[in-house]
Amino acid sequence: MNLAEAQSALDAGLLEARSAVETATLIDDLEEASRQFLGKRSPASAANEAIKGLSAEERPAAGQAVGAYRAAVTELIDARRGVLQGVAEAAGAEGERLDLTLGGHGRMRGHLHLITQIQRELEDIFVGLGYRVAEGPEVEDDWHNFEALNIPPAHPARSMQDTIYVQLGNEEQVLLRTHTSPVQIRTMETHEPPIYVVAPGRTYRNETLDARHSPVFHQIECLAVDRNLTMADLFGTIEAFVRQLFNNDSVRTRFRSDFFPYTEPSAELAVSCVFCHGNGCRVCSHTGWIELGGCGMVDPNVFVAVGYDPEEWQGFAFGFGLERLAMIRYGIDEIRTFVENDVRFLARY
Amino acid sequence: MRAPLSWIREFTPVDAPVDEIVGALNQLGLEVEGVEEPGREIAGVVVADVLQVLPHPNADKLSLVDINDGTRETRVVCGAPNVVAGMHVPFAPAGATLPGGFTLERRKIRGETSDGMLCSAKELGLGEDHSGILGLDASTVPGTDVREVLGLDDVVFDIAVTPNRPDAMCIVGVARELAAHFGVPLSVPGAEPARDAAYASDISVTIESPDRCPRYLGWSARVAMGPSPAWMQQRLVKAGMRPISNVVDVTNYVLLERNQPLHAFDLGRLPGRGVIVRLAKAKESITTLDGVARSLTNEDLLICDAKSKPQAIAGIMGGSDSEVDETTTEILLEAAYFERMGIARSSKRLKLRSEASARFERGIDPDAVASHAARAMALLVEVAGAGVDSTPIDEHVAPFTRPHISLRTSKVNRLLGTELTDTDVLAALSPLGIDVEGSGDAIVATPPSFRPDLEREVDLVEEVARRVGFASIGRTVPKPQDQIGGLTGAQQERRVAADALVGAGFFEAVTLPLVGPSDLERFGAPTDRVIAVANPLRAEDSALRTQILPGLLRAVATNQARGLADVSLFEIGRVFLAAKKGLLPDEKLHLAGVVAGSIHRSPIEGDRPADVYDAVDAVRVLLDALEIADHALVPGSPPGMHPTRAAMVRVGGTEVGSVGQMSARVCESLGVTGSTVAFELDLGALLDAPRRDRAFVTPSPYPPATIDLAFVVAVVVPAASIESTLRAASGEMLEDVHCFDEFTSDALGDGRRSLAFRLRYRAADRTLKDAEVAALRQVGIDAVIKTHGAELRA
Ligand SMILES: [Zn+2]
Repeated sequence: MNLAEAQSALDAGLLEARSAVETATLIDDLEEASRQFLGKRSPASAANEAIKGLSAEERPAAGQAVGAYRAAVTELIDARRGVLQGVAEAAGAEGERLDLTLGGHGRMRGHLHLITQIQRELEDIFVGLGYRVAEGPEVEDDWHNFEALNIPPAHPARSMQDTIYVQLGNEEQVLLRTHTSPVQIRTMETHEPPIYVVAPGRTYRNETLDARHSPVFHQIECLAVDRNLTMADLFGTIEAFVRQLFNNDSVRTRFRSDFFPYTEPSAELAVSCVFCHGNGCRVCSHTGWIELGGCGMVDPNVFVAVGYDPEEWQGFAFGFGLERLAMIRYGIDEIRTFVENDVRFLARY
Repeated sequence: MRAPLSWIREFTPVDAPVDEIVGALNQLGLEVEGVEEPGREIAGVVVADVLQVLPHPNADKLSLVDINDGTRETRVVCGAPNVVAGMHVPFAPAGATLPGGFTLERRKIRGETSDGMLCSAKELGLGEDHSGILGLDASTVPGTDVREVLGLDDVVFDIAVTPNRPDAMCIVGVARELAAHFGVPLSVPGAEPARDAAYASDISVTIESPDRCPRYLGWSARVAMGPSPAWMQQRLVKAGMRPISNVVDVTNYVLLERNQPLHAFDLGRLPGRGVIVRLAKAKESITTLDGVARSLTNEDLLICDAKSKPQAIAGIMGGSDSEVDETTTEILLEAAYFERMGIARSSKRLKLRSEASARFERGIDPDAVASHAARAMALLVEVAGAGVDSTPIDEHVAPFTRPHISLRTSKVNRLLGTELTDTDVLAALSPLGIDVEGSGDAIVATPPSFRPDLEREVDLVEEVARRVGFASIGRTVPKPQDQIGGLTGAQQERRVAADALVGAGFFEAVTLPLVGPSDLERFGAPTDRVIAVANPLRAEDSALRTQILPGLLRAVATNQARGLADVSLFEIGRVFLAAKKGLLPDEKLHLAGVVAGSIHRSPIEGDRPADVYDAVDAVRVLLDALEIADHALVPGSPPGMHPTRAAMVRVGGTEVGSVGQMSARVCESLGVTGSTVAFELDLGALLDAPRRDRAFVTPSPYPPATIDLAFVVAVVVPAASIESTLRAASGEMLEDVHCFDEFTSDALGDGRRSLAFRLRYRAADRTLKDAEVAALRQVGIDAVIKTHGAELRA
């Protein structure tokens, strides 16, 4: 057998193999075809024998022809095997039916508390503006919670806040912080300006838990101190923050004169109602505006209290309650919801 | 405070629409919390003249009243006893409407037709008086709309005044702000009462504590007690005060109008015909106007009679002994200026706040005491026929000086981010009564004596900002130059810890850090360092938590009470322990978790009760998420937990918390039912602990050799100890070891159990030979037998 005859025998074998494989209906038929077309008596085997009688020049081409033949037959058989296996599996699957709508094994993830989610969201917005996150103790002394914030003893502003005092030190010397503002003082006491920080955390009021009152709630507070920060910087920062918070460039802010002992000038911050776009609805008590918090330029007395020169440094601060923000956003009407920890509430957010 | 627009307009001709006025007040920081139009719901009610009153033929307590309403004569049935012929009354004919939207109809009452009704004060929304028909002034013309006659065609603003603005707590103050805003004049006429030349004062005023009472003006007058006139009553009612008598109403009227608290003593009941202003003695007491006996301290300031008997708590409330009543014929009118902090402290300690104390503690106008007293006397002449003493006694230590404040236009602009001119700055300030002179950075501003809040340059900057409006200030966003925003490592890792537990199926809770001491005690939490609340509202909130778990278990109980039996909760929060030194407590950041009820696997597998291994899993998830290098569970009996189903969590040799099954006793006391397991860790300590080495190690590509070893040991020997022994003995060839079987049986004997371990050996650089594996196996067996008194099971 010369090279041409060998090639011709392989071509014929491949045609036969294709016919045999395509008509096979059982996996066993394919095993038989494999033996017949690739085994000891197959055209490939015969061609291999023939190669031994060929010249050294012809042998490589003949070897390639045998390889191509084997690959083609193997591919035919594998493809047909896949088809036949699929048919067999389908036939047997009915007895293995499982109802996936039964649910799973029950291993599910839990949820972060809504307040934590909001706190992270706010922290991340401020981090994006270049701020760091500052923290301080929840049990505070009178100096950090009141006095350094320009709220001396018997100041009328103290009666604005019902304070929880604890039995440490002198009478009414140690308390649960009534706002996150003492973190401003601690940050300034321990750092040289410039300062750009945001302070989230738990705060306390002496109230019994009910639908509208909670002894524990959360605030977030922003403090920036630099050489020439202005009220325009305060308003601009708040507006940038609010747009990001509501993910909405059309939300408007409104500032009204207000009073806080630790800022001067001070303003109340409101945003246009995101539900009715300012037309008035239940959430905004039909005013079109939602009061969010307070803000202002850091009072010089506060700078003096922490040893900053108020002629050299100017700063701004603003803050608001996280529960209030959550209540507005999601229409939650009772503040106690946040500390009842009903798993239906926790699972909803 | 409530400010009727008609009253404001007495001082300034503000004619802007109501919504513009509201907008202006809000912008100026006088927040309008409500706008009322008292007469809005009244329609068709007119003045009528009573012609005659006849008895009702069929009812003893009713009468038939014939009236003339200006256009016709008609008849109504009336039940009020005070109606007499000649009286002018409010008449609501059929078709008229009253507050509440109530429309009248002609109807028969006991067989007699009534063409509407006559109205009491209450029925017109004027206060609470329902005892009789409201008598109108005889000068009113029948047919006139009663809204005009009664001043009900008015608008009342309910304004929240911030504590720094005592001047705005009165009608004149609000009028001043509006006049400045709208650019219209403000006119507050002075008053000079006619004095009775023949009535020269014999009263005395002695100030023994001038630092607490820098000014006291006493002024006597002979008065004819009676009701105040309708116009005065109407204004008081609209401003939220109850009319009492002409004398008391005048003091309240001047308080509301001018921000000057006044007190009228019955001079006949003031022994010695004079007052002494002095500090109370310890244990002295007084019964105040509200009938409460109050014990005083030597920090409370008293107004005493000339015999030194207490007659009023200065600036806060009068005493009942010298109160004016219908028998009073002569009064001593007090107009004073009391030191602010003293009033604030007394008011707070006595828990007694009044309209007067609220104003004194914020600071009234010390310079205006005499003119405000004159205003009151002029009104008393008008409404109480007063004969005014020719010489008031005005005691004060020194004239009050107004501060001169340096103001720089450059500072205004530097703080506000504006480009205001000197003219802008001056024009902003002077309409507020602030005297300004100079220019540029050499402006000197002298605030009026009624603005105690204006002391510093920055206070004036705020006034400028208020006047120019925040809308005229720009918007810029500063960026820190020298720092990159970000969370600290600890802040990031707290998020990691929370996220890991959320991934493990836990829901984050927020519980109150205020707990009952009994909760802590029952829980076996350490009590020696518990911090007590000094002013708790409830016993349940009277201590700061030293552990999170009691509160978290209460949250479980809340859920269970709502039919939600199966819950997994965790909380990250502070706990508080009294510090060993220093004032503030040690605040530790804890992380606690609880699994209660059943673990749901049905119908795929069966449900099962939560067991202690659910809590152990959570702790392991957490330790892994935080990549804690060296940790172990060590059997122990943490308080509050099952004595033999709990362990201490140890990190780097230090105990950082506990994990286990909650004791049934504790669960019951907290209202928790069912199987409950929990853990509580000092998260701060965890975050400080050494972390796993992150250097890369190439996983060996060679095949492992796996063997099983079973030992019989005492039940108190922890499986983890045997694992440690095996690890230590086997060295680095041991890639993994874990216990895969545990059992006890009679054959093993009491207190003994079998533990089976699977060990996987692998070398980094070769396939282990059988002989090497056999040697490693024997080393492990020997070590366990020697260390734990174990026997090898065949
Ligand atoms: Zn709305």
